[in-house]
Amino acid sequence: MSKLGDLGNRLYRGEASYDFVGRRRVWYIVSAAFLALSIGTLGVAGLNLGIEFKGGAQYTVAVAGASNVDVTTARKAVESAGATASSVTIVGQDKIRVQTPALTAEKSTKVTNSLASAFKTEQSKVSSQLVGPTWGAEVSKNAARALVVFLVLVALFLSFYFEWPMAFAGLTALVHDVLITVGIYALVGFEVTPATVIGFLTILGYSLYDTVVVFDKVRENTAGLLSGSRMSYREAANLALNQTLVRSINTSIVALLPVLSILLVGVIKLGPGTLNDLALALFVGMLVGTYSSIFIATPILVQIKERNPAVQAQASRVESRRKNGAAETTTATFVESSRGVVTGARQQRVKQTRSSRSGK
Amino acid sequence: MAKHYQPRKSLLALAIITVLLVVGAYAAGDSNTPKLGLDLRGGTQVILAPVGDGGKSVTNDQLSQTVRIIRQRVDGFGVAESSVTTQGSGANTKIVVSIPGVTSSELVDSLKTTAKLNFRQVLAVAAGTPASITSTKPGKKPKPAPTVPAKWLVPPIQTANPNDPKFVKIFQALDCAKFGATGNGTSDDESKYLITCGKDDPKAKYLLAPAELSGTDIQNATAGMPTQGAGGYEISLSLTTSGASKFAETTKRLANEKEPMNQFGIVLDGIVLSDPRVNEAILGGNAVITGKFTAEEAQNLAQSLKYGALPVTLNIDDKSQVSPTLGNDQLHAALLAGMFGLLLVILYLVLYYRALGLVAVVSLVLAASLLYLSFILLGNQIGFTLTLAGIAGAIVAIGITADSFVVYFERLRDELREGKRLRSAVDHGWTRARRTILAADFVSFLAAVILYFMSVGNVRGFAFTLGLTTVIDVFVAFLFTRPLVNLLANSAWMNKGGSMTGVSPERLGAPVQTEAAQ
Repeated sequence: MSKLGDLGNRLYRGEASYDFVGRRRVWYIVSAAFLALSIGTLGVAGLNLGIEFKGGAQYTVAVAGASNVDVTTARKAVESAGATASSVTIVGQDKIRVQTPALTAEKSTKVTNSLASAFKTEQSKVSSQLVGPTWGAEVSKNAARALVVFLVLVALFLSFYFEWPMAFAGLTALVHDVLITVGIYALVGFEVTPATVIGFLTILGYSLYDTVVVFDKVRENTAGLLSGSRMSYREAANLALNQTLVRSINTSIVALLPVLSILLVGVIKLGPGTLNDLALALFVGMLVGTYSSIFIATPILVQIKERNPAVQAQASRVESRRKNGAAETTTATFVESSRGVVTGARQQRVKQTRSSRSGK
Repeated sequence: MAKHYQPRKSLLALAIITVLLVVGAYAAGDSNTPKLGLDLRGGTQVILAPVGDGGKSVTNDQLSQTVRIIRQRVDGFGVAESSVTTQGSGANTKIVVSIPGVTSSELVDSLKTTAKLNFRQVLAVAAGTPASITSTKPGKKPKPAPTVPAKWLVPPIQTANPNDPKFVKIFQALDCAKFGATGNGTSDDESKYLITCGKDDPKAKYLLAPAELSGTDIQNATAGMPTQGAGGYEISLSLTTSGASKFAETTKRLANEKEPMNQFGIVLDGIVLSDPRVNEAILGGNAVITGKFTAEEAQNLAQSLKYGALPVTLNIDDKSQVSPTLGNDQLHAALLAGMFGLLLVILYLVLYYRALGLVAVVSLVLAASLLYLSFILLGNQIGFTLTLAGIAGAIVAIGITADSFVVYFERLRDELREGKRLRSAVDHGWTRARRTILAADFVSFLAAVILYFMSVGNVRGFAFTLGLTTVIDVFVAFLFTRPLVNLLANSAWMNKGGSMTGVSPERLGAPVQTEAAQ
């Protein structure tokens, strides 16, 4: 813990720094590879859709006595009711789950009764879910609509609260997160249920939460920057990233812990279901979201900003000032190393930070 | 502003809000715990999609009539807290039926059967609870002590032969008070005799002849003000051409009968809605039903007559039945996950932020209590039910709520690293963190609101809790966490900056000399 704290101190003062922005090509390539893989897998294999999307029925029987949990009995019971079980799984220790293709309501009742008598339990002990074939399409349609409305409103909000380059960068990171998360689902073959879709949509809010925190610091560091010549926009943004790095790590850990807890309890106690589906989507999405708010959002922001002539002019002013300046201050440009984190006394940089603040 | 900030005022405001919430949650309502959704207590939920004739979308009138019929059927199950609601609008309208505790499939299947409306001649009427019989079909003598198996006594009951002694016994033994309205689905065979109950209290029971007219014979029905003097609202009825001739024939016959056989039983879905007496033969195909109807009753009856045949097909979009055992398992697993998640977050916060972490922990616990109270309050006020997805939303929100404390504490520590003294760092840190917290919470809230309004079913519960916790988070951060940190910053112990305070300037690497310089 205190090591992370120490790192936080050094990052804040700029003693330790990592050039996130300068190495953007690396992140872009990593992300592009993931995106290509995601889209490719989605196109080829598609998602493993749950019965909610395909239409179908699912029954869960709580079997009295763990020794009676028997897959064949369940299969036979379903067949005797005139249906075919597409999958039979044992869930937890004493539950059995049967899935079938779409059934009529009447037939579904028959299956319920047949399962109840096969496992010598009451009809009311059999949980079931019957989903019409159009339901899933509607869920997806609603989700897509929600996504579009959300993106538009958030773009407006971010443009208003920050500025349009930040809105654009934030949304790019967001789309990146959702695509990769969905891609991981396609790749691994996790089942996609409505709960998963809720998870995907929640990632939207969360991914932006992280980005907003970083951008707020970027904005603070770059306020009044263009009138001075101490630091370029790129450097100020990178410093903001480093300064908020510990915060990003902490908020991510704190957000992931409860999700992890849902996932653990869900897997051990319940087996597949709402809790697991939701938590898994969130878990994957939050990890990707943390990555993108650091490695994708800010580099894109800097790239857009550097197209602005005023920002370019200021950057060259900074450059020339450094050339003309004292020899020892040439170290002010961030140093990259293959190990990433460079440590060591850079008192000059600390002063710069502080003076840029007080100059505000 | 920072100079005049009075932490005690904020705390007082929060205390008032909390007290109001407690009073609201425990005083006004009927329940002291949050209402649980069906996936946590067991029960049946069906999402029905109404489709009009030829795939057209349903009109509002048709929808409200459909909902009324379904509600009537659901009430017939006699389960407390059943609910029938509509969600969405236009072509996306869904009817959501929730019946807690009941997982019988037959009952649910009966929900989507088409409702039938028909006019039957009344053969006998009796008080709903067996005592005396005012009249029976001529030639039939009531048997003194009817012994009929209880399972036959669920209306509506039908037979082809009304003289069957068993059927007569059933009529005598039937107790309408025991059934909400109908319990046996809606198997209303128009060619058979029917024993059933009336809709209005006190319930009467009826023995009815085979149907003379059906819903398709009715062209239109409207409710209107009484035309002459006293009396309640009335319903004007106009019949189709074929309906008019059937109606003329029947009324001609009925007008000459004695009470109660000169009455029509207007039966919807196996229940007698109204039993108007026929005063004269009605030949023109236009009739008026008068009686002591209120405006609303007349309106409902007119709508029932007009749409009675239910010109709407109900498709089952989603039907889920959760046994109480599974519901209980899910509830316990969700609570366990919540506890465990909270514990992990608390551990992390305390280990990392020390004394500040404790402030965060108390804030989290407070937020959780406020959330719990809100659940009770909203359960009582707007019928909010807590579902598995809702609890998941609350657990996820632990992290998001804690995040705003992390944002604040890191800001505070940044200020200390700059060399500020604790008290001014607390103020400056807050001013800067406040904007970030508000912006980030706004984005979360926006996501929740959009999710809520654009979804149906389970998703809504999740979105609702997520949105609610975001609001609570803002309240707690502004009215509790901030003033508490402020008060702490006045304490000598915190200002000494020991290693347990979480604000130790040494540990944060703040330049020592600035302490003196400021």
